[in-house]
Amino acid sequence: MSEVEALIGKPWRKPPFIKRPWLRWTFILGFIVYLIAAYITIDVNWYRVYEGLERGKKFVLAFTNPDFTTRSSDIYEGMAESIIMTIAASVVGIAISIPIALGAARNIAPLPVYLICRSVIAVSRALQEIIVAILLVAIFGFGPLAGFLTLSFATIGFLSKLLAEDIESMDKVQAEAIKASGAKWTQWINYGVQPQVMPRLIGLSIYRIDINFRESAILGLVGAGGIGATLNTAFDRYEYDTAAAILLIIIVIVMALEYLSGVIRARVQ
Amino acid sequence: MLRLEKLVKTYKTGDQALKAVELEVPAGQVLALIGPSGAGKSTLIRCINQLVEPTSGKIYLGDLELTGLSSGNLRRERRRMGMIFQEYALIERLSVMENVLSGRLGYVGFWRSFLRRFPQSDVDEAFRLLDRVGLAHMADKRADELSGGQRQRVGICRALIQNPALLLVDEPTASLDPKTSRQIMRLICELCKERDLAAIINIHDVALAQMFVQRVIGLRLGAVEFDGPPEGLTPEVLTTIYGEEDWEATIETVNEDEIEEALK
Amino acid sequence: MPTQNFKGQKIWQRRTGRESLGHWIMWLIGVAIFAYCWQQISAVTTWFFVWDAPRIADDIWTRATPPRWGYITQLGEPIWDTLNMASLGTILSLILAVPVAFLAARNTTPSLLFIRPVALLIIVSTRSINSLIWALLLIAIIGPGVFAGVIAIAIRSIGFCAKLLYEAIEEIDQTQVEAITATGASRWQVMAYGIVPQILPAFAGIAVFRWDINIRESTVLGLVGAGGIGLQLSSSLNVLAWPQVSLILLVILAAVVISEWVSAKVRGAII
Repeated sequence: MSEVEALIGKPWRKPPFIKRPWLRWTFILGFIVYLIAAYITIDVNWYRVYEGLERGKKFVLAFTNPDFTTRSSDIYEGMAESIIMTIAASVVGIAISIPIALGAARNIAPLPVYLICRSVIAVSRALQEIIVAILLVAIFGFGPLAGFLTLSFATIGFLSKLLAEDIESMDKVQAEAIKASGAKWTQWINYGVQPQVMPRLIGLSIYRIDINFRESAILGLVGAGGIGATLNTAFDRYEYDTAAAILLIIIVIVMALEYLSGVIRARVQ
Repeated sequence: MLRLEKLVKTYKTGDQALKAVELEVPAGQVLALIGPSGAGKSTLIRCINQLVEPTSGKIYLGDLELTGLSSGNLRRERRRMGMIFQEYALIERLSVMENVLSGRLGYVGFWRSFLRRFPQSDVDEAFRLLDRVGLAHMADKRADELSGGQRQRVGICRALIQNPALLLVDEPTASLDPKTSRQIMRLICELCKERDLAAIINIHDVALAQMFVQRVIGLRLGAVEFDGPPEGLTPEVLTTIYGEEDWEATIETVNEDEIEEALK
Repeated sequence: MPTQNFKGQKIWQRRTGRESLGHWIMWLIGVAIFAYCWQQISAVTTWFFVWDAPRIADDIWTRATPPRWGYITQLGEPIWDTLNMASLGTILSLILAVPVAFLAARNTTPSLLFIRPVALLIIVSTRSINSLIWALLLIAIIGPGVFAGVIAIAIRSIGFCAKLLYEAIEEIDQTQVEAITATGASRWQVMAYGIVPQILPAFAGIAVFRWDINIRESTVLGLVGAGGIGLQLSSSLNVLAWPQVSLILLVILAAVVISEWVSAKVRGAII
């Protein structure tokens, strides 16, 4: 009982997350100092912001009254180009991703192939779509070809990495059973690996189509085709109603794609 | 002290979990609720503290009717009913002490509880309870570091620190090994005696129930089939509750110490 | 199992005749769509430029190497701005995302019929629009600068964070919530004791994950005028200063790699 009597009457505090006090205080103080420093250097022009509120209100109101008609041909062409780029780039990107994913899975590929495929993935993931688009526009000229190549390249990095991880975590026993039957390498992939990763591949592909569409909307800002150019013009001319119309179309298409992907993913699983 | 009148619960799916249950529990009585899975034991317990809203019927705790209370009043009444869960239902990522103190939530304001500044009397009581169940040295451990039996002891402390008049106990031993099950049951019954608490213990282990309680209620398909002392559980009675089976081995009164020996 | 009698022998087939026909038609439609898309792209492509591409790429490469290392002294402030846009944007978005997530989660929303759809609409609309577009919009409204970048990052991240967070809230262990409710705790106390501890690790993971993504995104926000290193990139590109461009790209690459490393470390420490 003496143990408890010693505790009774003493206040109880929750033990802190970081045990060492100096470390804890360094973190807290460092964070506060950073926030203050960051805030000071941002240098907000509050008068400009205040002025902007009026325009902001106009923009929000534009959503209640979007203008689809004035620039309907521009919107239509831009959207069509975005969708075409999305489809073509997704098909090509997915087709290239699959062999690269196989090569980037350590349990399937030999080391040299693994290293090559992994570095392709690393490069593709490290470079932003928009930067790739700038370079490709400089090389191939303006137009949807640059956008198509950008999106294909980005798809490879995304899909191969996730697919390779899925292959690496697959059930070994199933794959071994096929190997044990004396199957060739291609047969082994077809019977032992493919059935295991197929649902994930389909799910990821649809997700990537969704991302590609969203990205295609900005590629136009640097001249790589798609709806982005129209949107940029609309903002430059302060045509908020047209901009709102474009944004609404994007949102609706993304929502539709998300709904579709939910349905398809539920079916393949 | 607790009185149920014609308590009915029908789920949205149309399943009738409780069919006009009548029950009266005097102060300080420990009773066991037995019955097959799906008999409505869990629903009955959850109807009493309104975690499940009953479809019709009345619940009296003391003189107060519980159904149809405003949410504020319901919270005040819930403080008088401590609940112990099957899977312990501790907040895994909080410390043992925070889990015990969470039993006082109905008594302290939001900001005090949010900043963990509980009154000193609550902290003292928490230490006393933890010491009573033998866990005072574990106060600052995280709940998920504890074993099953230890977790259930913390769960008991959380229920008791509410200073309840009634304990609602839902399958306290279902996730525990036989020895720990007995220890937990004994602890609950001892604590009820010490504090003069009434308790409704929902349990599927008939032998364990017979060993510790004064009164047994048999529930079948949402209706009370048996109400009496544990000795009254004859094979015939068990057959009406559970269905045909050889019951001799189940109700054989076992010498408790023998089993303790065997388990060591 | 579809089988077919062929000269008295049973032949096993993977699909029935109708199924395999359906499959063929699906593939045919798919290929036709792709062919159409490709034809559309190639119709508006100046193929002369494409054939000339290797020469141009080679030309750019020789101009861009070696990078102008001395230029790094002028990049200090843009890098600091980029970091601020990402960090402050993430903090701001988390502050906004938490209530949205609680309103969107099936088990915590006050009203399934009215409030949840609104919360989901906020999530989907902020998510579907790229941060560059948000930046364009905000620059049109509040003028160019880092502040517009911070807000753009914050708005874009709300949907992402709120979506992951509300999924985490929907997956919590309901009996722990029940246990706290049974003690007579108020609605807010149930939230603080029953729900918050359960989602805290997910929250920390989401925060760091999004910060990592935001570092990437904020490096390019300057292209549309929202400050940071992208602004330097855009002005260097405008004057075709390729050695500067290549240095900036290297810096961006380094920032991306470092932030990914930091976020992986922190997430490893949390979980």
